[in-house]
Amino acid sequence: MSLTLNNVSRSVNGEPQLSDISMSLSAGSFNVLLGRTLAGKTSLMRLMAGLDKPDSGQILMHGENVLGVPIQRRNVSMVYQQFINYPHLSVFDNIASPLRVAGKSASVIDNKVREIASLLHIEEFLKRFPLELSGGQQQRTAMARALVKDASLILFDEPLANLDYKLREELRTELRDLFKESKTVVVYATTEPSEALALGGVTTLLHQGRAIQSGPAHIVYAQPDNILAAELFSEPSLNMLFDYQSNNDERFAIRPEHITLAATKETDLALELTVDVAEISGSETFLHMRKQAIKHGTDDQPQEIVARLRGIHHYQTGDTVRAYFPQAKLFRFDADGHILDPKKSSVEAVQGRHVKGGANG
Amino acid sequence: MAEIKLASLAHSYQTSPSAPEDYAIRQMDHVWEQGGAYALLGPSGCGKSTLLNIISGLLIPSSGHVLFDGKEVNHLSPAERNVAQVFQFPVVYDTMTVYDNLAFPLRNLGKDKATIDKRVREIAAALELDSDLLRKANNLSADDKQKVSMGRGLVRDEVSAILLDEPLTVIDPSLKWKLRRQLKRLHQQFDITMVLVTHDQLEASTFADKIALMYQGQIVQNGTPQELFEQPAHTFVGYFIGSPGMNFIEVSLHDGCACFAGLSVPVEPATYDLAVNLGSSNMKLGIRPEFVRLHEQSQAGALDTLVTNIEDLGSYKIVTVEVAGQPIKARIEEDDWVPTGRVYLSFPLPWLKLYADEYLVKAV
Repeated sequence: MSLTLNNVSRSVNGEPQLSDISMSLSAGSFNVLLGRTLAGKTSLMRLMAGLDKPDSGQILMHGENVLGVPIQRRNVSMVYQQFINYPHLSVFDNIASPLRVAGKSASVIDNKVREIASLLHIEEFLKRFPLELSGGQQQRTAMARALVKDASLILFDEPLANLDYKLREELRTELRDLFKESKTVVVYATTEPSEALALGGVTTLLHQGRAIQSGPAHIVYAQPDNILAAELFSEPSLNMLFDYQSNNDERFAIRPEHITLAATKETDLALELTVDVAEISGSETFLHMRKQAIKHGTDDQPQEIVARLRGIHHYQTGDTVRAYFPQAKLFRFDADGHILDPKKSSVEAVQGRHVKGGANG
Repeated sequence: MAEIKLASLAHSYQTSPSAPEDYAIRQMDHVWEQGGAYALLGPSGCGKSTLLNIISGLLIPSSGHVLFDGKEVNHLSPAERNVAQVFQFPVVYDTMTVYDNLAFPLRNLGKDKATIDKRVREIAAALELDSDLLRKANNLSADDKQKVSMGRGLVRDEVSAILLDEPLTVIDPSLKWKLRRQLKRLHQQFDITMVLVTHDQLEASTFADKIALMYQGQIVQNGTPQELFEQPAHTFVGYFIGSPGMNFIEVSLHDGCACFAGLSVPVEPATYDLAVNLGSSNMKLGIRPEFVRLHEQSQAGALDTLVTNIEDLGSYKIVTVEVAGQPIKARIEEDDWVPTGRVYLSFPLPWLKLYADEYLVKAV
């Protein structure tokens, strides 16, 4: 089955939660909703599940309007951030519960539960109760219950947020593999850009109830439509280069991972910056730097630049560094924040306002 | 302000523990020096919360000693130990203003108005809460509430230590970056011993000067983020630090090489000799994906492999290759040549590690 949303909007107490969202999710697709807290991810999933109704717009399952269809008949499963299991039921009975509701025979239930439990590596815990399990095993149980009924739509609302990151890495890979051959429409909400990239699939960026951009994760990362899309897919934040401007109010930005401390080419842009703090993660250094206060627009804040560098770089607060911005990695936006063709960006188009560009500038 | 020392410390929740696995904390000695920024990192169930509760005084250890500046505090309450704590979920008084919430711990101590005012404003500025001081806490966003909660933990300046139990878990990722730096700056400003408990390696490594990595009730390595990454002392450290973790291959040792499936990989002679002398039957080769090298053309000593998977993670890719049924992951950068089909694999000698019975074989 497929799921289509046409111009869906919803407000609560006059506050718009979702505005004019259109999406088309095909059978067997893995879809990721990426957005910050309160971006509208949960609201959107509740509409997809049929738990809430839109004020306007259509929701079609396999081409049919489902707005009148009760949730029990929609064949939807949902997994939440909190591990929700029945505490008084064993793991087996927890997983079996949707099948019992559907009136399946004991032998069908037994086969199905064991199959799904083995896929999620919890077959040895079937007789235990949820509270006797670790957090990861509890969430695996909740996932197994969502998977067991062969739903046509499965919604994961930040399912791994409460788990340690190694476990997330493992479960994420398992989840992707589980749905490789399936016809189910999967929707997965996350606040983390790195998780969206690791999951692959189709990413939709959500911000303040609007869908900002949609496409394969690595494409949306590499080719954002506008400043907001570039910012939402940056971790840490996108660096706006206010010191460079062309004649027609174009703006330039670069991701933290594309800044270098050594010139890569003669055409690199460069800035003299002061180190705020260096965060060393073992294999990488996040170098937070700032420029002396400059005026840009109405904003008077000293400009901050953050670089994500490979390897260990020791710097003290107050050190001066020269940061380089390879032109091939720059994003170029028009005055309204829309992306411009990156190929047309050249050193001629970029003129330093305060500091001259170029490796030797 | 204090140095925290754990001497022969062990803890079991059972009444008569016998086997090592009966212990939530297996016997350990550990020191956190006065004024340091430390992280206690590990997966769920590794014992880090138990250890934190023992330090704060919520739990009395089954054996051993907790010493603050050399003085045993095993039986002192958290208040007597004068430890400040910040928890995973915000602890704030909803009906009070942000100002009153921050002032609360100081008023309890009977501090004078001027001192309180100065300190509250200092903390509020550091956490960027200055413009919210007169707002009621119940009108704040979840993120701001947690900031107030952290501020309450940090506001007393004469505490022995500040213990932070996963304070950033509920914070939005984009804000986490900022809060982590604010926390680090506060630490530098106040010179107080701070111990941050977390299951997030990035949080641990960017905050702490030294990380104690816990596994099965033990600290398996205590070192800088760089040491944990480059010289994992235990296979668990190799696995837990880094994403993806270290590659491990079961090997046997012959003729100066580590051998598996009829292939042999040369290792550093000093390490090799040491490993042979250990005579262990559980020998593993370890190398991080960041250090594995892939080549288009055959080279001396390089292994002949097939690419089985490529994951595009934006600014880098993880390539999985297979050698004699053994998967090995390699990290390549965004603009690197993308291998397909047959590729040749080499391991730079300095980054190739040997593990005997899960512990690093290290030539001194």
